[in-house]
Amino acid sequence: MLADYSILLISAILVNNFVLVQFLGLCPFMGVSNKLESAMGMAMATTFVLTLASACSNLVYHFLLVPLGLAYLKTITFILVIAVVVQFTEMVVKKTSPMLYRVLGVYLPLITVNCAVLGLALLNISKDHSFLQSLIYGFGGGAGFSLVLVLFAAMRERLAVADVPAPFKGAALGMITAGFMSLAFMGFAGLV
Amino acid sequence: MDFLAQYPLFTALLALVGLAALFGALLGYAAEQFRTEGNPVADEINKLLPQTQCGQCGYPGCRPYAEAIANGEAINKCPPGGAAGIQALATLLDVEPIPLDEDHGAAKNAPAVAFIREEECIGCTKCILACPVDAILGAAKQMHTVISDLCTGCDLCVEPCPVDCIDMISQPESVQTWRWQLPDPVSRRVDIIVTDSVHNAGSRDRAA
Repeated sequence: MLADYSILLISAILVNNFVLVQFLGLCPFMGVSNKLESAMGMAMATTFVLTLASACSNLVYHFLLVPLGLAYLKTITFILVIAVVVQFTEMVVKKTSPMLYRVLGVYLPLITVNCAVLGLALLNISKDHSFLQSLIYGFGGGAGFSLVLVLFAAMRERLAVADVPAPFKGAALGMITAGFMSLAFMGFAGLV
Repeated sequence: MDFLAQYPLFTALLALVGLAALFGALLGYAAEQFRTEGNPVADEINKLLPQTQCGQCGYPGCRPYAEAIANGEAINKCPPGGAAGIQALATLLDVEPIPLDEDHGAAKNAPAVAFIREEECIGCTKCILACPVDAILGAAKQMHTVISDLCTGCDLCVEPCPVDCIDMISQPESVQTWRWQLPDPVSRRVDIIVTDSVHNAGSRDRAA
């Protein structure tokens, strides 16, 4: 039982990493990775949203949509759930860390349209996860997102002061770096 | 129940509206719980401003300017803070440091104090009214003088003086006035690598 859950966690963090293997949520991955500090804040906020949204959407699906025969409404319902969770997160961040709120700026409300969040909720349904499994899968997805975002931000901070040819500066080098990281993460494919 | 079974559309409608109403109530409760008092960002900015209350930025003091920065005002209007102050604000707010806006006065290298040539003073009290930190002592038709420990060197008393008897003199460095030099901000220390100043301009772009 415990082994199943840890395999689910490892698979969400490394093997099926949302950003580098499934290519979901690339917008904040490129947008908020200029500074390590703001990347860490974004990673924490997104992990919180992913875990909470995954659990909430699972509850709503199994206790409201399925009994009423409304499973076909799951996409719009999940978007509603995600929007509420993000709004809630925004309030918490604004209260607890006003500087982080300012630094994240528009990327904080944009977690709503982060496709990793909706993708995770829909994957939970298609993989028939229980509530606990959804919770773990959501947290694993968030941890995987945090891992690659923080690694990528640390690399971009070093690359910003590196001497690279003019055409590769800035975003171009970021894209290439992301590609290499993705290749590296593909190497985890045989792990579970 | 029969009605709902007959029209599944209404079931869907009721379920979604009910869910939305529930979430709305939750968010309303959370908004009440997590309401922020005042403006914490302005507090952080206010701590970095030099607190000379000189008004050279066009605001009545440091606190109003801090609130204006929090609402999007430019960070380069504070001459007493100088380049170091702008750098500190830029680091706090995660924006690019910009050069000082010369319209609001030039940055002074050495700290200065106002000095009243006392034999020329006619005792008009105009400089006392202008001083933002109450550093000028005197009364009507009596000679005025500056308490140099309190003077922030903001220049505001020079303009109103009808007989132009106020000079700004730089404080000679003495045992009393010497202070430890503040260390350079980290971001400026990075610039010891020659290529950095070239790259920093191009590498800060944002890709979404």
